[in-house]
Amino acid sequence: MIRWKWVAIGAYVAVLVLSFAFGFGPGMTMGKNLLGFAEEMGKILPAAFLLIGLLDEWVPRAKVEELLGRESGLKGHLLAFVIAAPFAGGLYVSLPVAAALYEKGASLEVVLTFLGASTLVRIPMMIFEASFMGIGFTLARLAVSVPLVIGSSFVLARLIGPDTG
Amino acid sequence: MKLLWALVVLLYAASLAKSREKTIRAAKSAGRRFAKLLSDFALLLVLVSVALTVLPPERIKALLKGPGMLLGSVLAAFVGSITFIPGFISYPLAGILKKAGVPYTVLAAFLTTLMMVGFLTLPMESELFGKRFAVLRNAAYFVMAIVVSIFIGFVFGELP
Repeated sequence: MIRWKWVAIGAYVAVLVLSFAFGFGPGMTMGKNLLGFAEEMGKILPAAFLLIGLLDEWVPRAKVEELLGRESGLKGHLLAFVIAAPFAGGLYVSLPVAAALYEKGASLEVVLTFLGASTLVRIPMMIFEASFMGIGFTLARLAVSVPLVIGSSFVLARLIGPDTG
Repeated sequence: MKLLWALVVLLYAASLAKSREKTIRAAKSAGRRFAKLLSDFALLLVLVSVALTVLPPERIKALLKGPGMLLGSVLAAFVGSITFIPGFISYPLAGILKKAGVPYTVLAAFLTTLMMVGFLTLPMESELFGKRFAVLRNAAYFVMAIVVSIFIGFVFGELP
Protein backbone atom coordinates (compact mmCIF):
# COMPACT_ATOMS: atom_id res chain seq x y z
CA MET A 1 0.00 0.00 0.00
CA ILE A 2 1.32 3.42 -0.91
CA ARG A 3 1.14 5.91 1.93
CA TRP A 4 0.12 9.04 0.06
CA LYS A 5 0.57 11.21 3.11
CA TRP A 6 4.31 10.58 3.03
CA VAL A 7 4.49 10.96 -0.76
CA ALA A 8 2.93 14.43 -0.40
CA ILE A 9 5.24 15.37 2.44
CA GLY A 10 8.27 14.13 0.50
CA ALA A 11 7.31 16.06 -2.64
CA TYR A 12 6.78 19.17 -0.53
CA VAL A 13 10.23 18.90 1.08
CA ALA A 14 11.78 18.46 -2.38
CA VAL A 15 10.05 21.62 -3.66
CA LEU A 16 11.18 23.50 -0.57
CA VAL A 17 14.83 22.45 -0.92
CA LEU A 18 14.89 23.28 -4.65
CA SER A 19 13.22 26.65 -4.00
CA PHE A 20 15.92 27.68 -1.58
CA ALA A 21 18.69 26.25 -3.78
CA PHE A 22 17.55 28.26 -6.82
CA GLY A 23 16.06 31.27 -5.03
CA PHE A 24 12.46 30.64 -6.11
CA GLY A 25 10.43 33.39 -4.37
CA PRO A 26 7.03 31.75 -3.70
CA GLY A 27 8.77 28.60 -2.50
CA MET A 28 10.81 30.58 -0.01
CA THR A 29 7.67 32.38 1.21
CA MET A 30 6.15 28.95 1.71
CA GLY A 31 9.15 27.99 3.83
CA LYS A 32 8.67 31.06 5.99
CA ASN A 33 4.97 30.23 6.41
CA LEU A 34 5.94 26.71 7.38
CA LEU A 35 8.22 27.99 10.13
CA GLY A 36 5.61 30.44 11.40
CA PHE A 37 2.94 27.80 11.74
CA ALA A 38 5.37 25.21 13.12
CA GLU A 39 6.25 27.69 15.85
CA GLU A 40 2.58 28.12 16.80
CA MET A 41 2.04 24.37 16.77
CA GLY A 42 5.16 23.84 18.87
CA LYS A 43 3.87 26.19 21.54
CA ILE A 44 0.41 24.66 21.87
CA LEU A 45 0.58 20.96 20.99
CA PRO A 46 2.90 19.77 23.79
CA ALA A 47 0.57 21.32 26.38
CA ALA A 48 -2.51 19.72 24.83
CA PHE A 49 -0.91 16.28 24.67
CA LEU A 50 0.46 16.52 28.21
CA LEU A 51 -3.08 17.15 29.40
CA ILE A 52 -4.35 14.17 27.40
CA GLY A 53 -1.66 12.09 29.13
CA LEU A 54 -3.01 13.11 32.53
CA LEU A 55 -6.50 12.18 31.39
CA ASP A 56 -5.24 8.74 30.33
CA GLU A 57 -3.56 8.12 33.64
CA TRP A 58 -5.70 9.74 36.31
CA VAL A 59 -9.30 9.85 35.14
CA PRO A 60 -11.08 6.48 35.31
CA ARG A 61 -13.27 5.47 32.39
CA ALA A 62 -16.33 5.23 34.62
CA LYS A 63 -15.94 8.88 35.59
CA VAL A 64 -15.81 10.05 31.98
CA GLU A 65 -18.83 7.89 31.18
CA GLU A 66 -20.72 9.37 34.07
CA LEU A 67 -19.88 13.00 33.28
CA LEU A 68 -19.74 12.98 29.47
CA GLY A 69 -21.37 9.68 28.48
CA ARG A 70 -24.78 8.76 27.13
CA GLU A 71 -26.58 9.39 30.40
CA SER A 72 -24.95 12.75 31.13
CA GLY A 73 -27.65 14.76 29.33
CA LEU A 74 -27.38 18.51 28.95
CA LYS A 75 -24.89 18.64 31.84
CA GLY A 76 -22.42 16.68 29.72
CA HIS A 77 -22.76 19.24 26.94
CA LEU A 78 -22.25 22.13 29.33
CA LEU A 79 -19.16 20.44 30.77
CA ALA A 80 -17.86 20.00 27.21
CA PHE A 81 -17.97 23.80 26.87
CA VAL A 82 -16.05 24.22 30.13
CA ILE A 83 -13.36 21.75 29.05
CA ALA A 84 -13.03 23.43 25.65
CA ALA A 85 -12.65 26.95 27.04
CA PRO A 86 -8.88 27.02 27.78
CA PHE A 87 -7.81 25.46 24.47
CA ALA A 88 -6.03 27.79 22.10
CA GLY A 89 -5.09 26.94 18.53
CA GLY A 90 -7.91 25.43 16.56
CA LEU A 91 -9.32 22.15 15.36
CA TYR A 92 -5.89 20.56 15.07
CA VAL A 93 -5.55 20.88 18.85
CA SER A 94 -9.09 19.96 19.87
CA LEU A 95 -9.35 16.93 17.55
CA PRO A 96 -6.80 14.78 19.45
CA VAL A 97 -8.38 15.86 22.75
CA ALA A 98 -11.84 14.93 21.43
CA ALA A 99 -10.53 11.53 20.29
CA ALA A 100 -9.08 10.86 23.76
CA LEU A 101 -12.38 11.77 25.41
CA TYR A 102 -14.27 9.54 22.99
CA GLU A 103 -11.95 6.61 23.73
CA LYS A 104 -12.56 7.10 27.42
CA GLY A 105 -16.32 6.82 27.12
CA ALA A 106 -17.70 10.25 26.22
CA SER A 107 -20.74 9.98 23.96
CA LEU A 108 -20.56 10.94 20.28
CA GLU A 109 -22.99 13.81 20.94
CA VAL A 110 -20.83 15.29 23.69
CA VAL A 111 -17.65 14.85 21.63
CA LEU A 112 -19.27 16.78 18.78
CA THR A 113 -20.33 19.53 21.17
CA PHE A 114 -16.78 19.66 22.53
CA LEU A 115 -15.41 20.14 19.00
CA GLY A 116 -17.97 22.83 18.28
CA ALA A 117 -17.32 24.52 21.61
CA SER A 118 -13.57 24.53 21.01
CA THR A 119 -14.19 26.61 17.88
CA LEU A 120 -16.65 28.97 19.61
CA VAL A 121 -15.74 29.78 23.18
CA ARG A 122 -11.99 29.69 23.47
CA ILE A 123 -11.56 32.40 26.10
CA PRO A 124 -8.27 33.88 24.84
CA MET A 125 -9.60 34.13 21.28
CA MET A 126 -12.92 35.64 22.33
CA ILE A 127 -11.23 38.54 24.09
CA PHE A 128 -9.09 39.10 21.03
CA GLU A 129 -12.11 38.95 18.74
CA ALA A 130 -14.14 41.38 20.82
CA SER A 131 -11.30 43.90 20.81
CA PHE A 132 -11.23 43.97 16.99
CA MET A 133 -14.88 43.35 16.11
CA GLY A 134 -16.69 44.84 19.10
CA ILE A 135 -18.33 43.01 21.97
CA GLY A 136 -21.72 43.10 20.20
CA PHE A 137 -20.37 41.01 17.33
CA THR A 138 -18.93 38.39 19.67
CA LEU A 139 -22.09 38.15 21.77
CA ALA A 140 -24.38 37.93 18.74
CA ARG A 141 -22.18 35.21 17.26
CA LEU A 142 -22.28 33.22 20.49
CA ALA A 143 -26.01 33.68 21.08
CA VAL A 144 -26.86 31.92 17.85
CA SER A 145 -24.02 29.41 17.57
CA VAL A 146 -24.10 27.84 21.04
CA PRO A 147 -27.64 26.42 20.66
CA LEU A 148 -26.90 25.50 17.04
CA VAL A 149 -23.81 23.53 18.06
CA ILE A 150 -25.61 21.58 20.79
CA GLY A 151 -28.64 20.89 18.59
CA SER A 152 -26.49 19.81 15.64
CA SER A 153 -24.60 17.33 17.84
CA PHE A 154 -27.75 15.26 18.32
CA VAL A 155 -28.62 15.30 14.62
CA LEU A 156 -25.04 14.57 13.53
CA ALA A 157 -24.55 11.74 16.02
CA ARG A 158 -27.65 10.06 14.63
CA LEU A 159 -26.47 10.54 11.03
CA ILE A 160 -22.96 9.29 11.73
CA GLY A 161 -24.11 6.21 13.61
CA PRO A 162 -22.42 4.35 16.43
CA ASP A 163 -19.55 2.69 14.55
CA THR A 164 -17.03 5.52 14.53
CA GLY A 165 -13.35 5.78 15.39
CA MET B 1 -1.97 29.58 25.32
CA LYS B 2 -0.69 30.87 28.67
CA LEU B 3 -3.87 29.58 30.29
CA LEU B 4 -3.23 26.15 28.80
CA TRP B 5 0.37 26.00 30.00
CA ALA B 6 -0.61 27.25 33.46
CA LEU B 7 -3.05 24.35 33.60
CA VAL B 8 -0.32 21.91 32.55
CA VAL B 9 2.12 23.13 35.20
CA LEU B 10 -0.52 23.15 37.93
CA LEU B 11 -1.91 19.70 37.15
CA TYR B 12 1.51 18.09 36.68
CA ALA B 13 2.65 19.51 40.03
CA ALA B 14 -0.43 18.04 41.66
CA SER B 15 0.10 14.74 39.87
CA LEU B 16 3.76 14.62 40.89
CA ALA B 17 2.86 15.26 44.50
CA LYS B 18 0.49 12.31 44.43
CA SER B 19 2.46 9.78 42.42
CA ARG B 20 5.77 10.02 40.64
CA GLU B 21 5.16 6.85 38.64
CA LYS B 22 1.76 7.85 37.37
CA THR B 23 3.09 11.24 36.32
CA ILE B 24 5.87 9.66 34.30
CA ARG B 25 3.35 7.29 32.71
CA ALA B 26 1.11 10.26 31.85
CA ALA B 27 3.97 12.06 30.10
CA LYS B 28 4.89 8.86 28.24
CA SER B 29 1.31 8.40 27.11
CA ALA B 30 1.34 12.00 25.85
CA GLY B 31 4.45 11.25 23.79
CA ARG B 32 3.01 8.03 22.41
CA ARG B 33 -0.21 9.71 21.31
CA PHE B 34 1.71 12.54 19.67
CA ALA B 35 3.96 10.10 17.81
CA LYS B 36 0.89 8.31 16.44
CA LEU B 37 -0.39 11.54 14.88
CA LEU B 38 3.00 12.81 13.73
CA SER B 39 2.37 12.21 10.03
CA ASP B 40 -0.99 14.00 10.29
CA PHE B 41 0.61 17.03 11.91
CA ALA B 42 3.36 17.03 9.30
CA LEU B 43 0.76 16.92 6.54
CA LEU B 44 -1.19 19.73 8.18
CA LEU B 45 1.95 21.87 8.32
CA VAL B 46 2.49 21.26 4.62
CA LEU B 47 -1.12 22.07 3.71
CA VAL B 48 -1.27 25.21 5.85
CA SER B 49 1.97 26.62 4.48
CA VAL B 50 0.79 25.99 0.91
CA ALA B 51 -2.60 27.61 1.62
CA LEU B 52 -0.97 30.63 3.27
CA THR B 53 1.29 31.03 0.26
CA VAL B 54 -1.49 30.77 -2.34
CA LEU B 55 -3.94 32.89 -0.34
CA PRO B 56 -1.95 35.29 1.84
CA PRO B 57 -3.83 37.79 4.06
CA GLU B 58 -3.26 40.61 1.53
CA ARG B 59 -4.96 38.62 -1.21
CA ILE B 60 -7.87 37.74 1.07
CA LYS B 61 -8.20 41.42 1.90
CA ALA B 62 -8.40 42.31 -1.78
CA LEU B 63 -10.90 39.51 -2.43
CA LEU B 64 -13.34 40.47 0.30
CA LYS B 65 -13.20 44.24 -0.15
CA GLY B 66 -14.90 44.49 -3.51
CA PRO B 67 -17.83 42.24 -4.22
CA GLY B 68 -20.50 43.48 -1.79
CA MET B 69 -22.78 41.55 0.48
CA LEU B 70 -24.05 38.44 -1.29
CA LEU B 71 -21.07 37.47 -3.41
CA GLY B 72 -18.78 38.68 -0.63
CA SER B 73 -20.38 36.36 1.92
CA VAL B 74 -20.22 33.34 -0.37
CA LEU B 75 -16.59 34.09 -1.19
CA ALA B 76 -15.78 34.70 2.47
CA ALA B 77 -17.34 31.39 3.54
CA PHE B 78 -15.39 29.58 0.86
CA VAL B 79 -12.07 31.24 1.68
CA GLY B 80 -12.63 30.74 5.42
CA SER B 81 -13.25 27.02 4.90
CA ILE B 82 -10.23 26.21 2.80
CA THR B 83 -7.66 28.33 4.59
CA PHE B 84 -6.23 28.08 8.03
CA ILE B 85 -5.21 31.38 9.53
CA PRO B 86 -4.17 31.74 13.16
CA GLY B 87 -6.34 34.07 15.26
CA PHE B 88 -3.60 36.61 15.75
CA ILE B 89 -3.68 37.29 12.01
CA SER B 90 -7.37 36.74 11.22
CA TYR B 91 -8.91 39.10 13.80
CA PRO B 92 -6.70 42.09 13.03
CA LEU B 93 -7.38 41.41 9.34
CA ALA B 94 -11.13 41.41 10.00
CA GLY B 95 -10.70 44.62 12.01
CA ILE B 96 -9.02 46.33 9.05
CA LEU B 97 -11.73 45.11 6.68
CA LYS B 98 -14.43 46.39 9.05
CA LYS B 99 -12.85 49.86 9.00
CA ALA B 100 -12.74 49.65 5.19
CA GLY B 101 -16.51 49.25 5.16
CA VAL B 102 -16.83 45.52 4.50
CA PRO B 103 -20.23 44.39 5.90
CA TYR B 104 -20.41 42.47 9.18
CA THR B 105 -22.24 39.67 7.36
CA VAL B 106 -19.23 39.06 5.11
CA LEU B 107 -16.79 39.22 8.02
CA ALA B 108 -18.93 36.81 10.05
CA ALA B 109 -18.98 34.34 7.15
CA PHE B 110 -15.18 34.57 6.97
CA LEU B 111 -14.47 34.32 10.70
CA THR B 112 -16.98 31.58 11.49
CA THR B 113 -15.98 29.25 8.65
CA LEU B 114 -12.34 29.90 9.48
CA MET B 115 -12.94 28.58 12.98
CA MET B 116 -15.60 25.93 12.44
CA VAL B 117 -14.85 24.36 9.06
CA GLY B 118 -11.49 22.75 8.49
CA PHE B 119 -10.76 21.61 4.97
CA LEU B 120 -7.08 21.28 5.81
CA THR B 121 -7.74 19.28 8.97
CA LEU B 122 -9.99 16.81 7.09
CA PRO B 123 -7.24 14.16 6.79
CA MET B 124 -6.60 14.30 10.53
CA GLU B 125 -10.29 14.33 11.40
CA SER B 126 -10.88 11.31 9.12
CA GLU B 127 -7.98 9.47 10.69
CA LEU B 128 -9.30 10.02 14.20
CA PHE B 129 -13.06 9.71 13.69
CA GLY B 130 -13.61 8.19 10.26
CA LYS B 131 -14.36 9.78 6.91
CA ARG B 132 -18.13 9.85 7.42
CA PHE B 133 -17.80 11.79 10.66
CA ALA B 134 -15.34 14.28 9.16
CA VAL B 135 -17.35 15.01 6.01
CA LEU B 136 -20.72 15.27 7.77
CA ARG B 137 -19.44 17.45 10.57
CA ASN B 138 -17.69 19.89 8.25
CA ALA B 139 -20.71 20.09 5.93
CA ALA B 140 -23.06 20.73 8.86
CA TYR B 141 -20.74 23.36 10.33
CA PHE B 142 -20.45 25.09 6.96
CA VAL B 143 -24.24 25.46 6.87
CA MET B 144 -24.17 26.59 10.50
CA ALA B 145 -21.59 29.26 9.73
CA ILE B 146 -23.85 30.60 6.96
CA VAL B 147 -26.80 30.72 9.37
CA VAL B 148 -24.65 32.58 11.91
CA SER B 149 -23.58 35.18 9.37
CA ILE B 150 -27.17 35.75 8.20
CA PHE B 151 -28.14 36.24 11.84
CA ILE B 152 -25.27 38.72 12.27
CA GLY B 153 -26.58 40.51 9.18
CA PHE B 154 -29.97 40.95 10.87
CA VAL B 155 -28.42 42.05 14.17
CA PHE B 156 -26.38 44.81 12.53
CA GLY B 157 -29.25 45.90 10.28
CA GLU B 158 -27.52 44.93 7.05
CA LEU B 159 -30.31 42.55 6.04
CA PRO B 160 -33.94 43.72 5.89
